[in-house]
Amino acid sequence: MFGKKRVAIVGAGVTLFRRNLKETGKELSYEAAKTALEVAGLELRDIKSVVMGSAPDAFDGVHMKGEYLADGAGAYHKPYTRVFVGGGTGVFTPLAGWWHVASGQFDTCLVVCEEKMSSCYPHPQYAFTTIFDPILERPIGMNLIWIFALEMNRYMHKHNIKKEDIALVSVKNKRNALDNPIAQLAANITVEDVLNSEIMAWPVQRLDVSPTSDGAAAVVLASEDVAKEVTDNPVWIDGVGWCIDSTHWTDRDLYYPDYVECAAKMAYKMAGIKNPPKEIDLAEPYDPFDYKELHHMEGLLLCKKGEAPKLTREGVTQRDGDLPTCPSGGLLGCGNPIAAAGLMKVCEIFWQLRGEAGKRQIPGDPRTGVAQAWGDLMQYGSVIVLRR
Amino acid sequence: MRYYQSEAVETKDIKEGKIPTEKFRPKAKFAWSAGIAISRFLEELKNGKIIATTCSKCGRIMVPPRIYCEKCFKPADGWKYVKDTGVINTFSVSFLAADASRLKEPIVVAIINLDGASEGMGIVHRIEEYGDWREVKIGMKVKAVWKPPEERTGAITDIAYFKPIRE
Repeated sequence: MFGKKRVAIVGAGVTLFRRNLKETGKELSYEAAKTALEVAGLELRDIKSVVMGSAPDAFDGVHMKGEYLADGAGAYHKPYTRVFVGGGTGVFTPLAGWWHVASGQFDTCLVVCEEKMSSCYPHPQYAFTTIFDPILERPIGMNLIWIFALEMNRYMHKHNIKKEDIALVSVKNKRNALDNPIAQLAANITVEDVLNSEIMAWPVQRLDVSPTSDGAAAVVLASEDVAKEVTDNPVWIDGVGWCIDSTHWTDRDLYYPDYVECAAKMAYKMAGIKNPPKEIDLAEPYDPFDYKELHHMEGLLLCKKGEAPKLTREGVTQRDGDLPTCPSGGLLGCGNPIAAAGLMKVCEIFWQLRGEAGKRQIPGDPRTGVAQAWGDLMQYGSVIVLRR
Repeated sequence: MRYYQSEAVETKDIKEGKIPTEKFRPKAKFAWSAGIAISRFLEELKNGKIIATTCSKCGRIMVPPRIYCEKCFKPADGWKYVKDTGVINTFSVSFLAADASRLKEPIVVAIINLDGASEGMGIVHRIEEYGDWREVKIGMKVKAVWKPPEERTGAITDIAYFKPIRE
């Protein structure tokens, strides 16, 4: 066993994902945390530690955001930390929660992720430009979308991938979101709709992109002994992995996320997974852009390099396919409150493995799922393997 | 699944003050030291040259230069000029400015792998004089167009842009 204690998820909760929510970040954190506790059948006094995940302070204009959000996240008078690894935060936060419990130090950990992007004007993309190198990159007038456009173009070039095949991901995820009550951008759209949408930064068009959103998500983690006391349906964290590449993003080939592969291998080794496509029943790869789902399926070793578009075209990744991806609707369909969106993916695997996903439930009695997030300057991968 | 029915509101209601809000614009300004390696790099740009650092262990010629090799985790041990020509590794045609406002005429941005640097290493910069943006291709050879010497300030923008080399 890895660590001193086996760790389970025993409760999950989310808020709505919307362009603007009236609630503050603290209030959203409270709503998600309280919902997850209710599902777990636990009270705040049962929680021994709290981990918070949230993205850059620049969105909110609130420095020390972790501390700001603490009481909404249930951290009053408790061991508490905020973690932040860019877009990778939403899956990294439960990994940090895992080591709190796996270490044997805490029996329980409340994991909360929150994002409120609507406070930033004229558009949070502008706050995002502060991720670029101030000396060499910002004077060029960088826009956040450019890094995705540059990566997408390189990926398409390397494997000779058509935009039509990439657009299928957006069509699938937005349609999956029709069955998700929290979703912001659920829709029945066609490949043509994607290809005819506004060009933002070629090859990225409007319908290739997830929206900006407000929202929160939470999970309750418990050690094996506590988990078996409080639920008959624990979902085990059987694999954790994380890895970072260099910020010298102009010095590496963006067609493949090898830092995601590194994180996935770490998680699979821990989970004893030797043949990921065979042993994994469903996946929630990070999909802030449609091509990213494909990129990440390959990084997660769910298929060969360049093969993800083919699987998508053949319907393998549909909810009733052999390897459903983003049955939740993903970020493209549900919205992208960054850290909350990543943790929502973990919640979706939790619901799917417990058979609680309602209209989204995938057939076939799934036992093993993987969720993944990605971030920073195209350099961060976080991976979690869950089993029932 | 369990979720909380949060309260969605419209952007226009926020803008029109129907939802109570408080506004704030930070007045902070920043001036960043360019550091040991990049200060030299910028001085060289002023002279119309692009300089890299080298690592004798892995053999890389690294641009942008750094004072250490992040792979070998040892000091870089030399400086080496690379060419002001290169190849487009990947590019984008942007109709978005930095603040997400729309541009009437698109701008082209690219990662340029510089000739003389190790394979795949380069910088991000603008491409101009390309004609129709649909003609820009990965693998296209490009050359730096420098600002006149008297206009250079020791900045990445001392290279005005890169332009395709027509063969």
